[in-house]
Amino acid sequence: MIRYIVKRVLLMIPTLLSVAVLVFFLMRVVPGDIVELRFAGESSFAQKESLDKERARLGLDQPIWKQFTSWMGGILRFDFGTSMWTGASILEEVRLRFALSLQLAIMATFIAVLLAIPLGVLAALKQDTWVDYVVRIFSIAGLATPSFWLGIMFILGLLIVFHWLPPMVYTPFWQNPIQNLAQLIWPALAVGYRYSAVATRMTRSAMLEVLREDYIRTARAKGLWQQLILSRHALKNAMLPVLTVIALEFAFLMGGLVVTEQVFNLNGLGLLFVESVAHRDYTLTQALVLLVAFVFIFVNFMVDLAYAWIDPRIRLR
Amino acid sequence: MLRRFLLLATVVLIGAAVPAAAQEKPRYGGELVFVVPSSPPSYDAHREETFGTIHPIAPHYNTLLRTDPTDKTGAKVVPDLAESWTISKDGRTYTLKLRHGVKFHDGSEFTSKDAKASYDKIVNPPARVASNRKGEYVDVEAIQAPDPYTVVFRLKYPSASFLNSLASPWNWIYKADILAKDMRWYEQNVMGTGPFLFVEHVKGSHWVGKKNPNYWDKGKPYLDGYRAIFMTDSAAQVAAIRGERAMIQFRGFSPVERDTLVNALGPKITVQESAWNCVILVALNHEKKPFDDRRVRKALTLALDRYQGSTALSKIAIVKEVGGVQVPGTKFATPAADLEKLSGYGHDITKARAEARRLLKEAGVPDGFSFVYKNRGIPMPYEPLGVWLIDQWRQIGLNVRQEVIEAAKYYSELRGGNFEAAADFQCGYTVDPDLDLYKFESKDVSPSNYSRYVDRTLDELYEKQGRATDAEERKKYIREFERRLLDEEVHYIYTLQWHRIVPHSSRVHGWTITPSHYLNQQLDTVWLSE
Repeated sequence: MIRYIVKRVLLMIPTLLSVAVLVFFLMRVVPGDIVELRFAGESSFAQKESLDKERARLGLDQPIWKQFTSWMGGILRFDFGTSMWTGASILEEVRLRFALSLQLAIMATFIAVLLAIPLGVLAALKQDTWVDYVVRIFSIAGLATPSFWLGIMFILGLLIVFHWLPPMVYTPFWQNPIQNLAQLIWPALAVGYRYSAVATRMTRSAMLEVLREDYIRTARAKGLWQQLILSRHALKNAMLPVLTVIALEFAFLMGGLVVTEQVFNLNGLGLLFVESVAHRDYTLTQALVLLVAFVFIFVNFMVDLAYAWIDPRIRLR
Repeated sequence: MLRRFLLLATVVLIGAAVPAAAQEKPRYGGELVFVVPSSPPSYDAHREETFGTIHPIAPHYNTLLRTDPTDKTGAKVVPDLAESWTISKDGRTYTLKLRHGVKFHDGSEFTSKDAKASYDKIVNPPARVASNRKGEYVDVEAIQAPDPYTVVFRLKYPSASFLNSLASPWNWIYKADILAKDMRWYEQNVMGTGPFLFVEHVKGSHWVGKKNPNYWDKGKPYLDGYRAIFMTDSAAQVAAIRGERAMIQFRGFSPVERDTLVNALGPKITVQESAWNCVILVALNHEKKPFDDRRVRKALTLALDRYQGSTALSKIAIVKEVGGVQVPGTKFATPAADLEKLSGYGHDITKARAEARRLLKEAGVPDGFSFVYKNRGIPMPYEPLGVWLIDQWRQIGLNVRQEVIEAAKYYSELRGGNFEAAADFQCGYTVDPDLDLYKFESKDVSPSNYSRYVDRTLDELYEKQGRATDAEERKKYIREFERRLLDEEVHYIYTLQWHRIVPHSSRVHGWTITPSHYLNQQLDTVWLSE
């Protein structure tokens, strides 16, 4: 097991390096120039001399290979540099948003799991009854409803019915839990509902498959208590694909909630990502792509470990 | 419908009466919460271009002069850190007397050394320091500080606009000692003499300021503090005002958003409106055929029914006024009689379009031609205006395809001349001919002349109007400039002037809308009623 973990951790390094190389060169291929965008924008007076001065300061006048080696050198020292747009440290820019994005992802996952697993199991147990139909309608509606639209509906509903709007500024949970939850519960519900729909469908189909297995029939024939069959034999075995879906959705939430963040004015990683690309802020975009890639790799790694724990037949080597 | 109209009319009328209301006794206390639809890239206004820097950070600073916060034209210059000024007879020396007893937020005293150091940074920045405003001060020969409370600007030639330049909302006064140690310190830090002290900035989220108890203008500011919330999504901004989480968004809303707020909040909302010193232009690339032919360019402007366009578009977009090269209603604006004489500004559109077709025939394209209009990838107001332009040009037989260019790529396309016709824009911090007309000088003079022409007559007229210290003489040159730019040569096409709409909580007083969203952001005169 330890050998497997070390091997996976070491494998992360070439994967992240490949992502780094790819994003560095892709950003340079995309047309647009941060200096033009920032200084020639609304000014009629922007002089070429000023623009050149700024390009030199940002190192954009250097040959591409030199920019690349200097950036890679920084990464190897865990120095991601400063944002070209704000001049602030990239670690600081990311740290500010990471807490909010992580909390939102955890809350949405919690809501999704809380809805998906009982509903999916229930739908499988009551297959083709009205209960199954209701769960299916609920989950298909969730799949068909964009979470940002649901978010807009929440905001309008709160405004029109209660004349109240969630707080617009993020307060960390440990500073003021009520204020924190008052802001994040709505986007978590909007995102969690769509997320739960995917997981409900997966739980239902996995459960249906497992419930038809020989060992379930055997357990029933032995006269084992139904609850025990479900929790110990059926659900545990059905969890493998569900876990994969939940984990991938979780990784997506860390940086993929651009429109929902806009609708609720959340200062999260998704919005930062889009802004950094729009500003052609090379250093920040590169760091964010690496972060998201790392989250995906890490989450997948954790899922693989969880597989072994859930199903002891799986041997990790 | 009638009820909705009456409600809107009442609210706008209340808004029109706001400057008068500002005369009532201000109330102390409270925190002004406002929305900023952009974020500050850095804290240094000498190098930035966005209102995202001005709106949250300007309350920490003063400028030497400022525009009168009660003046709706935003062009009346009044003292700020300089209490008075004199101009020499030859118009080349400006002597400013500075206030005594002004303190920076760290308690140190403000003197002419600080004013000189700040302007030196703007006008003659050292190596590796970018000053985006250097080009505006090419007329400055020397800046001197003969004594601690006097600063003198010597110009190479008389400049009719120099006083306006000294009132620029970008030219914050910094502390000389800090600049001497680190010229880039102000990019990440705040230290001014303004009415509010810096409290906190959470990047991408909010900015907080609190009252400066030692402010030199005794009795001000009225607010205990302010909180600027950064919010890019316009629906979220409207929701913030509607839900009374924020009181105002100073840049402006669309007509539809204004109506939503007025209908939802009724008398709790006040609307202020003004012509906006921003305009969408059409750059016609003179290096591409057939746009090198002035008859074709003239046909393009003649095809536009600006008055009908104003009526229709002002219901859905932030454009309204039909004007010349200066914002209607301001000192050097084109009188209606002169405006109508310009090609494309007459009221008889049938006659204008017949003339447009005749010109196209004369230019060798009687059946019209096809071209691509490159539009800026910002929906409001570029999108509706682009659709309108294409429809207007179709009326004279032109086949136009719109290509929307993402903002970051847009400038490269324009600067590189990679277009036939493209949306361009002009947005000034104050209505001033020098600022507004510079763009249209020849391409070897003005880096933002995207129509890529050389017109020495226009350059000469620009210089003449800029040096004419007599207002009537200046008006004459501006009219000549305008005629050449928009009528004789049609180097550029002016579409419609933007229209600024600021619906805000009726609790907010002491703030007056102007044609520029960069002005009146010190917040020293703003107060909140119960």
